[in-house]
Amino acid sequence: MSDVAAWRARMPGAFGASPARMAMRISLGVLALGWLVTLLVWFDLTPARLWAGLAGLGKIVRLMIPPSPGDQWRDILNGLAQSVAMAFLGSFVALLVAIPLGFLGARNVVVNMLAHFTLRRFFDGLRGMDQLIWALAFVRAVGLGPLAGVMAITAAEVAILAKLFAEAIENADSRQSEAITAVGGNGLLRVRFGLLPQVAPVMLAQFLYQVESNTRSASILGVVGAGGIGLQISERIRVGYWDQVLFIIILILCTVAVIDWISARIRRRLIGETTR
Amino acid sequence: MSGAIASFELSYAARRRSRRAATLFYGAVLIACLIVSAWVSEAFPETLAAGLPRVGEYFHKLAPKLEWAKLLSDVKTEGSIAYWFYRADLWGWMLFETTQIAALATLFGFCAALALCFTASVNLAPNRAVYLVSRRVLELFRTVPDIVYALILVYAFGVGPPAGIFAIALHTTGALGKLFAEVVENADMRPWEGVRAAGGTWLHGVRYAILPQVLPNFLSYLLLRFEINVRGSTVIGFVGAGGIGQELYLVIAKNYYEEIGAIIIMIILTVALIDMISERLRSWATGT
Repeated sequence: MSDVAAWRARMPGAFGASPARMAMRISLGVLALGWLVTLLVWFDLTPARLWAGLAGLGKIVRLMIPPSPGDQWRDILNGLAQSVAMAFLGSFVALLVAIPLGFLGARNVVVNMLAHFTLRRFFDGLRGMDQLIWALAFVRAVGLGPLAGVMAITAAEVAILAKLFAEAIENADSRQSEAITAVGGNGLLRVRFGLLPQVAPVMLAQFLYQVESNTRSASILGVVGAGGIGLQISERIRVGYWDQVLFIIILILCTVAVIDWISARIRRRLIGETTR
Repeated sequence: MSGAIASFELSYAARRRSRRAATLFYGAVLIACLIVSAWVSEAFPETLAAGLPRVGEYFHKLAPKLEWAKLLSDVKTEGSIAYWFYRADLWGWMLFETTQIAALATLFGFCAALALCFTASVNLAPNRAVYLVSRRVLELFRTVPDIVYALILVYAFGVGPPAGIFAIALHTTGALGKLFAEVVENADMRPWEGVRAAGGTWLHGVRYAILPQVLPNFLSYLLLRFEINVRGSTVIGFVGAGGIGQELYLVIAKNYYEEIGAIIIMIILTVALIDMISERLRSWATGT
């Protein structure tokens, strides 16, 4: 018995937390619980409201089943095609803009620290703006329709791609560029033959991933009037055609799966070719 | 010698030819795709020519009319920063509400993902059926965007933050659950075998063998998701699900240009601040 007491005196840490640590843990727990309760009260998440909400949700789900296409096949398919087209075109224009911006934002291309820092913070700031905010602004600027959606996707995508590209370029091996310098190449040649062959596969892979991701987001831009299938969904929710809503959601999931599959094939093929 | 060079030249020329043909072919496919998508998304030359100047005009109007001499004067003076942000206190409070919506939604999603991820990882699932069902459930939650959930839940829960919270929480459950399951699948299984050999139940194994290994990664993913959800919660109000989005929707619809610019700047600053804090916490959680 005395052995245990002796060990407890020598190694207090092995016998559980010290009183001070216990007190800190308990007070942190109380603080977290207080935060949670405050939020639940603030946002009115009472059991009664939860129950009413779940009952409403149950009713909606019952109305959704079985899913049905309704009689406006053409509108739905047209919206879906618009979404895919918006995602592809928007991402492609963003790719064209982001490639030069990515090189400008990379530390090993533009060595000036101030320029590098400013440009990268600028990308970060732009990324803080969600695509839907861009969509809403472009709808006000150029009117309802998919063109606003294309512009929103481009604007939001440029910042993301430029950042990813700049990071890829910074991770590139510097020895190729040094070799170009050694044989007398200038800055432009260094980028073309020293960096571009290394980063092009990475850029392409990221572009394809972004096309996938933008297909998802293009399906909701219509909620604010920027074209695509989102408009069809929000119209049907407004008039309560829940079975058609579920049908459109399933259709979107299938389309996204198909785009994923195509882009995975392209990725494997093109990147396999360039690395060989 | 010359035979070798000649055959090399020949095969080189052949390879170049086939390469060039492939480039031409795929380039043509790409251009065809671009033309079709431009046509479908109504990006005709004339609409572009009419639209682009208006875009410039619109974003120009968002910039405030600041006057250098009056820049730091009080709220009443036109041309000062304070005049531009005359409702900064209200917007600040709404942004705080938005971050709390994101935080609560992330917490709910985290709890649900924690409950589902162990049965959705192939090394811990008690049997194949449970594994497949948990995986499919997570996939279902993940693939539907949170705005779509918000649109539906606004009808069930009414206008206000609860719809937004549950919408983001549902999407978060799917996104985090998949990442968590992948972390669990990479965990070292020897502690698990030890606990099970000592007579521990499945739950004991999860708690004492797996959770201590994966918790740092889980926390890191949780914080990353929180950053994403803060961005998402700024727009969830567009469909009436609470937060700063409702106010932003209103000022954009009513063309209060300077207020749009002010709110967007505040959103960007808030997101940047949250990102910075969360980055610190993440490096603490992963112990680097």
